[in-house]
Amino acid sequence: MQKLGEFKLPHFFNYPPYFTLQPVRDTREKQVQLWKELIIEYCRAQKVFIIGLEEDFPLFSNRAIERSLSHEARVAFLSALVSDGRAEWTDKGHKKCLILWHRIQEWADLIVHFVKENGLEDNVTTVEEIRSGTESRGTELYGIDRSVLMRALKLLEHKGKLVIFKGASTDDEGVKFSL
Amino acid sequence: MAAGNYLPTAELTASGRPVLYPGEIESSLLSSVDLLSEENPNFPHLKSGLLILTNHRLLWLPNSTPVSSPTPVHIPLSAVSHIFSLKKSIKSVFSTPRIRFQVSVTSEGRVDEKGLRSIVIALVLRGKSDPEAFLGKFWEALKVRAWEEIKVGASGAEAGSSSGSRSGEGSLALRMPVVGVAGILRKEQEMWESTDKSLQDAFQDLNALMSKAKEMVMLAEKMRLKLLAGSNNQATGAAEDELGTKEEMQDWLLSVGIASPVTKESAGALYHQQLSRQLADFVRIPLERAGGTINLIDVYCLFNRARGTELISPDDLLQACSLWEKFDVPVMLRKFDSGVMVIQNKAHSDDEVFARIRSLVTKPDALQSGVSASDAAMTLGVAPAMAKEYLLTAEGKGLLCRDISPDGFRFYINLFQDINSDDVYL
Repeated sequence: MQKLGEFKLPHFFNYPPYFTLQPVRDTREKQVQLWKELIIEYCRAQKVFIIGLEEDFPLFSNRAIERSLSHEARVAFLSALVSDGRAEWTDKGHKKCLILWHRIQEWADLIVHFVKENGLEDNVTTVEEIRSGTESRGTELYGIDRSVLMRALKLLEHKGKLVIFKGASTDDEGVKFSL
Repeated sequence: MAAGNYLPTAELTASGRPVLYPGEIESSLLSSVDLLSEENPNFPHLKSGLLILTNHRLLWLPNSTPVSSPTPVHIPLSAVSHIFSLKKSIKSVFSTPRIRFQVSVTSEGRVDEKGLRSIVIALVLRGKSDPEAFLGKFWEALKVRAWEEIKVGASGAEAGSSSGSRSGEGSLALRMPVVGVAGILRKEQEMWESTDKSLQDAFQDLNALMSKAKEMVMLAEKMRLKLLAGSNNQATGAAEDELGTKEEMQDWLLSVGIASPVTKESAGALYHQQLSRQLADFVRIPLERAGGTINLIDVYCLFNRARGTELISPDDLLQACSLWEKFDVPVMLRKFDSGVMVIQNKAHSDDEVFARIRSLVTKPDALQSGVSASDAAMTLGVAPAMAKEYLLTAEGKGLLCRDISPDGFRFYINLFQDINSDDVYL
């Protein structure tokens, strides 16, 4: 079994045509499907939030068979994720892609769960604590991308579940839950 | 014309240029020249024409083409027996220069080299001219007797000018220097003159060709109009013969390269039908050798090479192939998605080819590293370009998928369809 770090790679990762963008429609659809799933799984497992197209993303190459995805192919697969609402381009030039292996709504749900789990309903905490505090360790929230977290929090704020306010220090914001 | 009784006619092209004999080169042209015989009033007095001296003849052409212009005539140099030198006198300085020479004539007075009698002919040079120079060239031409040269031995490179040396000709010919600077200059001159001659010959041919072509086109047009007229008033009881003749005419027209207007919708005129059948016969053997599929471009080259002459155009070939549908021939034209056109046996089956491809790509090393066009070419027994077309077609059908890398363009059996998302780990 091949691994990329701790991540287990599927067997078709060694199939060379997997790395060439297929022109035939049905074949292409299947290929895109497999790549979408693989990217999401990998990002979830490795907690990767941003993929930079001009950087070396380990998933996009397979040294063992000496193949790697062309730029065109990378754009094609990431664009498919964007269309699905599972990713977003962070810039107009499509150089960086934010991967939402949880949708924002899902993150929001996770936050609510986290708050309930830890009895923080009436507490005030900081954004930083949510993402790197001791309670969050071992949860999916640990190490979450800050901008994603902010969006999830804002979503909840919009629903009246919490309030975000400027904290004591200028770097961090505070959050008061009212679930 | 009266002149015809005394002087042989000179043939002209449609554009008025003289038709020269093989090996005949013009050496001097004088305008506004009269030709007459001072001693015989019956001899035609030709006025103010163009005089052309060649190494074979003297030609006199009328100036312009009014309706009543005299016919162009010539005097073969072989009939000239003597040229008189210019009279130098006080009188001659102020009068129009005349060149006199003696020619043999028949008893009727007609200029002929075999004639037993002779008369003196005078050329009156009314236009701007250098009589001395002309006379010199006239003398040379007469001396050299180029019209007697045997054509078989003459080569283009050796063609001399009217004043050139004839190596090997009798000792009468002037020997020009062949060594030293003079020799080099001499050789340059000769080369230049032979090029000049070739150019003249070429233009001569072109003129002749153009005049013939014009005639042909006019004739073809007449035929075409006749055919069109014929097809328009076809009575229901039109005789088979008539139609037969019309088909023949169409065929004839086509064979001289002109498309017939009445056959647009029909099965194609006889010419293309014949060509089509001939092609079907011809292509059988190359097709076998090529493993059942042969590129149309290759057929074009092979067919034309075999024909040698009467080459056909790519359009003819395409038309001939498309006619195959209408006959019962064992071959067919096929166009791949990529646009490449090939000829195949009708009996050819794609499925059979795909079956062979499938067995090729499921071999152990092919599963590992795929298959290239050359690999497939060897297995299928066709040219690599043909093999690639088949591989691409198989890919289009979902049988194969591609792998493009620095190693090249390869094909693998398509496993995508078999991959089950839930069962991706071994």
